[in-house]
Amino acid sequence: MKKALKNIYLIIILLFLYMPILTLVVLSFNQSKSMFKWTGLSLRWYRELFSNGEILRAVWNTFSIAFCAAVAATLIGTLGAIGLQAMKKRPRNLILSVNQIPLLNADIVIGISLMLTFIAAGLYLSWGTVLLAHIFFCLPYVLLSVMPRLRQSTASTYEAALDLGASSFQAFLTVVLPEIWPGIISGFLLSFTMSVDDFVVTHFTRGAGINTISTLIYSQVRVGIRPVLFALSTLIFLVVLLALLVSNRMQRKEETA
Amino acid sequence: MKRQAFALPFILCLIASTVIPMMMVAYYGFTDRSGSFTMANILSVFQPVHLKALGLALGLSLISTVVCLLLAFPLALILRDSHLGRRGFIVFIFILPMWMNFMLRTMAWQVILERDGIVDSLLNFIHLPHAQIINTPAAIVLGMVYDFLPFMVLPIYNSLMKIDDSLIEAARDLGASSRKVISSVLLPLSVPGIASGITMVFIPSLTTFVISNILGGGKIYLIGNIIEQEFTTSANWNLGSGISLVMMLFILGSMAVLQRLDKSGEAELL
Repeated sequence: MKKALKNIYLIIILLFLYMPILTLVVLSFNQSKSMFKWTGLSLRWYRELFSNGEILRAVWNTFSIAFCAAVAATLIGTLGAIGLQAMKKRPRNLILSVNQIPLLNADIVIGISLMLTFIAAGLYLSWGTVLLAHIFFCLPYVLLSVMPRLRQSTASTYEAALDLGASSFQAFLTVVLPEIWPGIISGFLLSFTMSVDDFVVTHFTRGAGINTISTLIYSQVRVGIRPVLFALSTLIFLVVLLALLVSNRMQRKEETA
Repeated sequence: MKRQAFALPFILCLIASTVIPMMMVAYYGFTDRSGSFTMANILSVFQPVHLKALGLALGLSLISTVVCLLLAFPLALILRDSHLGRRGFIVFIFILPMWMNFMLRTMAWQVILERDGIVDSLLNFIHLPHAQIINTPAAIVLGMVYDFLPFMVLPIYNSLMKIDDSLIEAARDLGASSRKVISSVLLPLSVPGIASGITMVFIPSLTTFVISNILGGGKIYLIGNIIEQEFTTSANWNLGSGISLVMMLFILGSMAVLQRLDKSGEAELL
């Protein structure tokens, strides 16, 4: 009895979570242009999707910005964590508490404050300012995923490598880096997904001609959704599903290894 | 000396991304267009339109936070109790929708709730009257709950998973009923997770302008919509900054309250 109740509860929540996504998937195969008249299966919207330059450009912008932002944020953040670790406690704590601000701040405030700063600095709002903004909001997360690893890594093994004649660079590469590597990877993945998902910060820091998937949808939702977007949603859902399945499998392998 | 220097690019980025921008918002918030000091932007919160938007934002985000908490706690409990082999899979299907693009998920609800949309057609089919859900505050709450529910589930689930099974067994051995186990063992020990879940739902709900714009039909203004308009269509950055500063006070206030809650939770643990 209790078990049945639990299962019913799980199913209701699952329906709530998946109903919107499934709706989009089903409608993406509908031949009709009007959204709610089912006139038969068709791949029409997928064909239209791949010939729609505006959407393809938005997809390209989304992923190129996410990749560049994640690489830059991971590099700067990891170096930052290494540098901070070597600092005295007081300046380090000060920097770490400033690092908390963007983590807790509202997206909209981050967005407008960066917009004001970029314009005051004389930057022209474009692909570049969006990239810069994304690097900025990803950095705190990279720091937070690398710092704990660095703290766990033992200083004595690094010193032992130095005593055995390794240069400090060699010692870093062969001793410290392997220990903090999982933190670096998770910082990179977190940055990438946050950048892909972001709308608010992009909305305020993009120029007129630049769209990402999120900003494109936002502008279309307000004038009327076209079924091409359902096809896009379905493909995105499939990519997310595959990516999560792969990462889950890799994690499990790591755990059993 | 040499190793500290690695942090230099990071520190410069932090100054450019947080310190200067926050000072810019404060500067704009306390000045008028000509650059002289004024309190008018801050005090404009008391204009009826802004006050209404702030009140509505606070009300709707409180409701959606409570709804998320009520939905998430039992869910996290069930997830904790499920068998180890199945657990990975169940947790997986519950976080999967969270990774879907936020804008697409919100758009999906518009499609479902729209006039002559799916819900409407279903009601029509069973001869019930039209239910006007889209463009109402209820639709906005629904969108908030849908978009932010995982942010409530995950921290609570994580803090429940940290609780040692032997604590629960001890409570059972001492004669506690399942209800008693939940109310005096599991609930108090998951307070840190609940507190961070509340922040992670309340703050994005309070400050959203996207959900209210898409599911409110652009006619229902939350405080986020007011700020967004000042920065885009109205182009009054001073006013927008002033209102943002007031909104940040509410964020800070809610965090102070929750931190206290979290602290008392830890104190109980000792």
